[in-house]
Amino acid sequence: MANDGEVKLFGTWASPFAFRVELALKLKGVQYEYIQEDLTDKSSDLLKYNPVHKKVPVLVHRGRPIAESQVILEYIDETWKTDYPLLPQDPYERAMARFWARFIDEKFLSTSWQAACSSSEAEREKLIEEALGYLKVLEEQQHKRLLGGNDTIGFLEICSSFVAYWIIVIQEAAGVDLLTESKFPNLWKWAVEFQGCPAIKQKLPLPEKDRLVAFFSAMIEKIKRYK
Amino acid sequence: MAGEGRVTLHGTWASPYSKRVELALKVKGIEYEYVEEDLMNKSSLLLQYNPVHKKIPILVHNGKPIVESMVILEYIEETWSDGPRLLPEDPYERAKIRFWATFLHQQVFEVLVLVLKTDGEAQAKAMEQLHEKLKLLEEGIKGSFPGGSPAVNGENMGLLDIVVCSYFGPYKVHEEVLGLKYLDSEKYPLVTSWVKSLVQYPAVKESTPPHEKSVALVRYFREKALQSPAGVL
Repeated sequence: MANDGEVKLFGTWASPFAFRVELALKLKGVQYEYIQEDLTDKSSDLLKYNPVHKKVPVLVHRGRPIAESQVILEYIDETWKTDYPLLPQDPYERAMARFWARFIDEKFLSTSWQAACSSSEAEREKLIEEALGYLKVLEEQQHKRLLGGNDTIGFLEICSSFVAYWIIVIQEAAGVDLLTESKFPNLWKWAVEFQGCPAIKQKLPLPEKDRLVAFFSAMIEKIKRYK
Repeated sequence: MAGEGRVTLHGTWASPYSKRVELALKVKGIEYEYVEEDLMNKSSLLLQYNPVHKKIPILVHNGKPIVESMVILEYIEETWSDGPRLLPEDPYERAKIRFWATFLHQQVFEVLVLVLKTDGEAQAKAMEQLHEKLKLLEEGIKGSFPGGSPAVNGENMGLLDIVVCSYFGPYKVHEEVLGLKYLDSEKYPLVTSWVKSLVQYPAVKESTPPHEKSVALVRYFREKALQSPAGVL
């Protein structure tokens, strides 16, 4: 094998999941090669490395692939044990971080994405209500600083980049109102801070907003059309 | 202090999620108190411990609640770090197990439930999806675990064994209620032999409810779902 420690990341610039993995690698100071995938024309490598889901991101380390962003983040944390731990040390704190990361992905992200792509008015309204409910939970938790600030970009904060940025883009692209300053002032404040956070900006700038809105508008249109 | 302190599990006898936590506690040899919850009449303690999801299982350790079965399993592994392992040491092996556990957790169970709650064309469609997932699982095990069953060592069940067992362990119950087989040993030899060996583990046998009791509950669930136009309990 050419390079024993070789790390490759298969991703796309617009993917919130690929962003998470790339940010984690940057925070850990891991060298990697980024392979930009065209999701309308997936490479044979991607399909070989992720036959189950055929999605990005996939991390390939020493020729061995890992898929699913949260699984990849845990792998990164366990493999590169530098002085930048992504998860806290204490098992209870780790459990809390994992709980909220799952909540964000399995509840909020999944529901809000379905709402954005729904072509049925009635269904969309219902999904929006549900997504707002999840935001309400996060808003209440943010009172207790659930999501950290500038110095504490760990596993949970990395996963929450969806809430801090991507949902704002997606809601604009889809023409739905989810995370707004008036309804969720704590979360909004945290999201703005996150977007401007030097610790992240210096490592991995967020993809440019207009470009992302255009990308998701097109993607959502396509999904609605094929329903 | 890690590993010490009172442990209580709030669960229900029929829930695969509750079952997972029970199995993990048994594998680790952890003493615990079990509280059977009534989901039709949720206790104030349940609501206090899990205000976000209002569900079981809930593990309470030293007075602190942990919820979401997969999160609980990782917590148990990390807190009781002596004794049998639920996850291997190597990060890549751990990643493989987490990947498949996530796949099962997020994609497979809802399809199985759909098969149980539907009939006619809807059921045929759900059955097709279930077979797709089983096929992926069969191929996945062949690829990811060429040595065979992912038990961490030959002796105790690991995290993925526990997840597989929680969903497919009751396959005989499902098949009896459905009048259909899905765990086909010809199509899915590895998955089938894996499940069949898992249900033989003493810890699993101990915590498996009587067959007739499970059949009655699943049958009731199916009948109720078929009657209601919304289809869901």
